[in-house]
Amino acid sequence: MNWRLIKDKLIRQSFATLLVLSLVVIVIILVGLSIKSMPLLRAERLGVILTESVWSPMNGSFGFLPFIMGTVWVTFISLIIAVPLCVLASVYLVEYAGEALRKMVLPLMNVLAAIPPVLYGVWGVLFVVPFLSQYIAPIVGAETTGYTVFAGGIVLAVMIFPIMVSIMVEVLQTIPYELKAASLSLGATKWETIVKVILIKAKPGLIAAVVLGISRAFGETIAVLMVCGNIPQIPKSFFDAGYPLPALIANNFGEMMSIPLYDSALMFAALLLFVLIFGFNLISRLILNRLERKS
Amino acid sequence: MHTSSRIQAAETQDLGNISVPHIQIKNLNVTIEGKRILKDINLSIPNNSITSIIGPSGCGKTTLLKTLNRLVDDTKGVEITGSVLVNGEDLYAKDAEVTHIRKKMGLLSQKPFPLPMSIFDNVAYGPRIHGEKNKQVLAQIVETQLRNVGLWDEVKDRLDASATRLSIGQQQRLCLARGLAVKPEIILGDESTSALDPVSTQTIENLLIELKQDYTIVLVTHILRQARRVSDYIIFVYNGEIIEFGKTDDVLLHPKHEITQQYVKGFIS
Amino acid sequence: MRSNVKKRLLKEKIAKVAMQLSGITITGSLFFIIGTILYKGLPYLSWEMISQAPKGGFYIGKEGGILNAILGSLYLASSSTLLATLIGIPISIFLHVYVKSGSFLERSCKLLFDVLFGIPSIVYGAIAFSIMVWVGIRASLLGGIITITLLTIPIVVRTIDELLRTIPIDLKHVTFSLGTTRWETAKICLKYIKPGIFTAILLAFGRAIGDVAGVLLTTGFSDNLPKYVDEPAATLPLAIFFQLSSPIPEVQGRAYASALVLTFIILIIVICTHLLASKQQKHKI
Repeated sequence: MNWRLIKDKLIRQSFATLLVLSLVVIVIILVGLSIKSMPLLRAERLGVILTESVWSPMNGSFGFLPFIMGTVWVTFISLIIAVPLCVLASVYLVEYAGEALRKMVLPLMNVLAAIPPVLYGVWGVLFVVPFLSQYIAPIVGAETTGYTVFAGGIVLAVMIFPIMVSIMVEVLQTIPYELKAASLSLGATKWETIVKVILIKAKPGLIAAVVLGISRAFGETIAVLMVCGNIPQIPKSFFDAGYPLPALIANNFGEMMSIPLYDSALMFAALLLFVLIFGFNLISRLILNRLERKS
Repeated sequence: MHTSSRIQAAETQDLGNISVPHIQIKNLNVTIEGKRILKDINLSIPNNSITSIIGPSGCGKTTLLKTLNRLVDDTKGVEITGSVLVNGEDLYAKDAEVTHIRKKMGLLSQKPFPLPMSIFDNVAYGPRIHGEKNKQVLAQIVETQLRNVGLWDEVKDRLDASATRLSIGQQQRLCLARGLAVKPEIILGDESTSALDPVSTQTIENLLIELKQDYTIVLVTHILRQARRVSDYIIFVYNGEIIEFGKTDDVLLHPKHEITQQYVKGFIS
Repeated sequence: MRSNVKKRLLKEKIAKVAMQLSGITITGSLFFIIGTILYKGLPYLSWEMISQAPKGGFYIGKEGGILNAILGSLYLASSSTLLATLIGIPISIFLHVYVKSGSFLERSCKLLFDVLFGIPSIVYGAIAFSIMVWVGIRASLLGGIITITLLTIPIVVRTIDELLRTIPIDLKHVTFSLGTTRWETAKICLKYIKPGIFTAILLAFGRAIGDVAGVLLTTGFSDNLPKYVDEPAATLPLAIFFQLSSPIPEVQGRAYASALVLTFIILIIVICTHLLASKQQKHKI
């Protein structure tokens, strides 16, 4: 064996080691978070933790429902805003817009994706929050500071625009031309073709894009934390404050560690986030991979 | 439709003077993801001549070529049984060392793929990785090989220019020079002229005919006229089996099997 | 029958307008965000802001700047990007050159990196913090660098993988047939994608410099200019976050100006990425 082959073998070994090590991170996160959440899980049944609505660590009461509902509300609002806008815009980009416009808009999506979360938060505080309290809330007769789940939802919606648009555009571009031609030649208008043929055909990919958007929204911490009020209550309307899970971790970690089980409860929150987002990501990536292989 | 009888027919054909065949294939079977791509291949490829593999697309001719230098290893889900002997040495023996085997066989691919470096470095790349450090020797190798492929006069003033600047025909000749620089014994061509214009195609064909004095050349082609122009022997592959193997004129003008006849006449493609 | 056609065409028109409006809203939001920050931040931006560390009473509106945070962020982002590149590129190369293409191993590893890419930084931050407490390291620049490195590895692996996939498989085969080892082929592949690697690095840097949730728990904050890796360090996003939550208008104004600085950094990165990418495309033709 000469030196070249030995070198090749050594490099293979070390590269493989790097690969294994960086994937072991998943295991470390999962095991670490599980170990740390055990004390809480031993003290209380999982069902109770997830459905109990009183959060009062001083009294040993760790109800996660307010935070889960906070996350659900902001995610839900962001989806109501973002999904129709993104579907319409992506369809326009693929079916109507020219190559020039596409080449201009898609890089802008990359810019939007590159903006750090904290800047979205600053924008939320400077614009969304006052806008909601001064203009929108009076219309529906609500009294609010503007720091609401609605504000969180709007900021999140803008944050998930880029990932949803870029994936939806990719998915729509895989629809074969023949399919459109068949529908158009039957006398359908372009819009009818889009609704009845293209969107139906693209459904799995579009759903995958939305699921990726959801998991991004679930995990987003700082931007939401800055605008949604952070009161541990179950929001009842768009104009109530909420307290999503990631904000709970960010706001309290490293403090009040002397309270029993507090640390464990926060780690449980992180575990919950990790498992949910891992699952969502896995599902949507599997769908997208299958679509890619088909085309 | 018995495989064995066909092979026997192929082997009993008059192949002229074969002393010790360079490449011998014995009972070769290749399966890719459960699908049998090559079935019971037995073959001796004559030295110092051009042998063309022809057959309809998807018949396994490219796989057969890639089996010869073990590039087929890189395919997902591939299983290989049997043996390929080069100078009596089995490529698929357990302790066979792949880089050493591949070095013996120059590959000329469908499209030219110059490496992302200068013209000089492209040709010098092979000798360098195999340990040649002396600059004068390298310069000598580069010049000899570029002359061999008739490119020297066209590029001698711009050896430092990026290889991607060359025309596509020049690039293919550069790739041939690059392959020759590692002193192979065998040249494998995988539809090597399919991306070229007629003039460049002719240049490459003439080069191959010159080179056969020193090398054993195996080409895959789907252009019958090309096979007739350049090759001494023809292998007709259909459905992963060798249907016919013989001298070019014998196979093309007096095919023994009906399928070959149909293919040569253009009924199947 | 004719009215039916009219109705259908009207529908088509309305739909088209709705689509155009959505497109304008989405692209407009980008300019709106940058515009808002520019408008609010520009009046507060001064040379002092970016050239000095905070002095006494900075957080009640007195003298000083955010140089500590700018430097902290630059150190943090460049070290973790460097580390992530050194770890990520070998991984992509391994998956592309050493592992059979299309094999189960390759596909499942790439899938896992895709999934890792989506894991929020707060989860990385939380687990890193717990491990640091367990081992006995306090919040420090080093802690931040490790956390952010882990966060950026999947980005590097994914972008480099996309680049490697543009290499024609025949290039790989042609080099193999010269008798190269896999490592020698890998070097050729690297050479082939060289311009794209800078793009990947810039992308990773952008993500690293903007992250808050990961550094919040692991890096801490400090008013001093960062000197040692085992001490807490300020980061720009955190500086923005802290100053913004102050009730004093002067400090809030500085938050806007800091946000502007971060916006500039990000825009520079984005523009460089874009220029590199278009240059690379020209090169190919």
